[in-house]
Amino acid sequence: MSVSITVTVNGITYPLDVDPHASLLHTVRDQVGLTGAKEGCDDSECGACMMLVDGRPTNACSYLAVQADGARVITVEGLAEQDGAGERLSALQRAMLSRGGVQCGFCTPGMLISATALLERTPHPSEDEIRVALSGNLCRCTGYDGIVKAVAAVADGTA
Amino acid sequence: MSGRTYTQAGSVADAVAAMAAGARPVAGGTDLVVGARHGKSPLPQAMVGIHRIPGLDSIEVDPNGAIRIGALVSHAAILDSPLLAEQAPGLLDASAIVGSHATRANGTLGGNVMNASPAMDTGAPLLCLGAQAVLTGSSGTRRLGLDELWISPGRTAASADELLEAIELPAPSGAGARGSAYVRLQYRRQMEIAVVGAAAVVRLSADGGRVADAAVAITAVTPVIVRVSAAEACLVGADLSGGGEELEAALQAAGRAAAWAATPISDVRASLGYRTQMVAVMTRRAAAAAIARARGQQVRVPASDWSVVR
Repeated sequence: MSVSITVTVNGITYPLDVDPHASLLHTVRDQVGLTGAKEGCDDSECGACMMLVDGRPTNACSYLAVQADGARVITVEGLAEQDGAGERLSALQRAMLSRGGVQCGFCTPGMLISATALLERTPHPSEDEIRVALSGNLCRCTGYDGIVKAVAAVADGTA
Repeated sequence: MSGRTYTQAGSVADAVAAMAAGARPVAGGTDLVVGARHGKSPLPQAMVGIHRIPGLDSIEVDPNGAIRIGALVSHAAILDSPLLAEQAPGLLDASAIVGSHATRANGTLGGNVMNASPAMDTGAPLLCLGAQAVLTGSSGTRRLGLDELWISPGRTAASADELLEAIELPAPSGAGARGSAYVRLQYRRQMEIAVVGAAAVVRLSADGGRVADAAVAITAVTPVIVRVSAAEACLVGADLSGGGEELEAALQAAGRAAAWAATPISDVRASLGYRTQMVAVMTRRAAAAAIARARGQQVRVPASDWSVVR
């Protein structure tokens, strides 16, 4: 039996029919068509699928789409800022590029979402707070240093 | 077509009706759904979403001074509560190290308690704080102590149609400052499950010179989290004046008593022998942190970090 739900993703409201067991990740990737969030481990270890659900950082691979009925979801595609000239990368996204926080890019959507959630709750985190907040996001390329520096740069206004 | 069903409960009565008809409740999904992804057990065919039931996500004090924590209160909300930081810092020690910040944003205290894992972080501090589970089912509401609720790993005494509404912490009794702490052995600080853990709640004598009352519970070394009365007895009466030698002796004795009470298993995360040794260390650290807090000393949350740095 499929269930009818309504989910707002990056400001656009989508009516969807989903299987009760379908994950939010697969629903957003396959039905909404936004493939920024990635499937890594599929069990909440790696954080590549991270989305904001009503502002909460959430491993979308392990969150049921039916539970997101009525929720406001933000994916990495929703982080860019809109201005007169079109889309512009957010300060955090630009800092990730300039500080070497991006290599293969697979973890980047989840890293950006996790760091965005951190900065919304804690605008001026310590390095330890940054590392704790990003501990559920695995990166096998960068060694994390560039990522932590990028978040710190946004926090102290030097991004 | 699959026989899978999902309904969303708008009230406790909705949820109880769905559960009586065979549905399993899901709140944050951080145990149920992640467990299914791990292959532990498949997702239930029938589920009822309880995450939007109004009134179950607040932390309140009743006129008698008891604290009622709604079952849907997340670990993140526990960490944000000045009331709990003051009255039950040991619970914050636990919620601060559950999973990652995504786990803490979605995972609920109710889910943690009803999952009945012997390794759950919030269990030992709740048990030491005398917490009661408020269960509502088809035949009404009842309260169970957590020692009555947890019956074996992953199993509770709640019937299939009983929903946990809240966890209640009784008002503190007796004069004297109180302190609580939870400490776990961990191979990393986040994204970790307790290898072993221990919690302690202490009350000092009115003059602050002695430990007047103590509760100790141990995590991940028995089939369900249990209090250790022999360890508690080692702490009660400990003299806090002087150079601290008597306190240190009491802490060591409490640790040995906890190790004696432990019946751990060997698994991929630690051997029986290592767990037995380490539960003594965690008990000593938890009791030391609880006493330090009772004496007004700053012990940062989570205490697991404090005791290592120290």
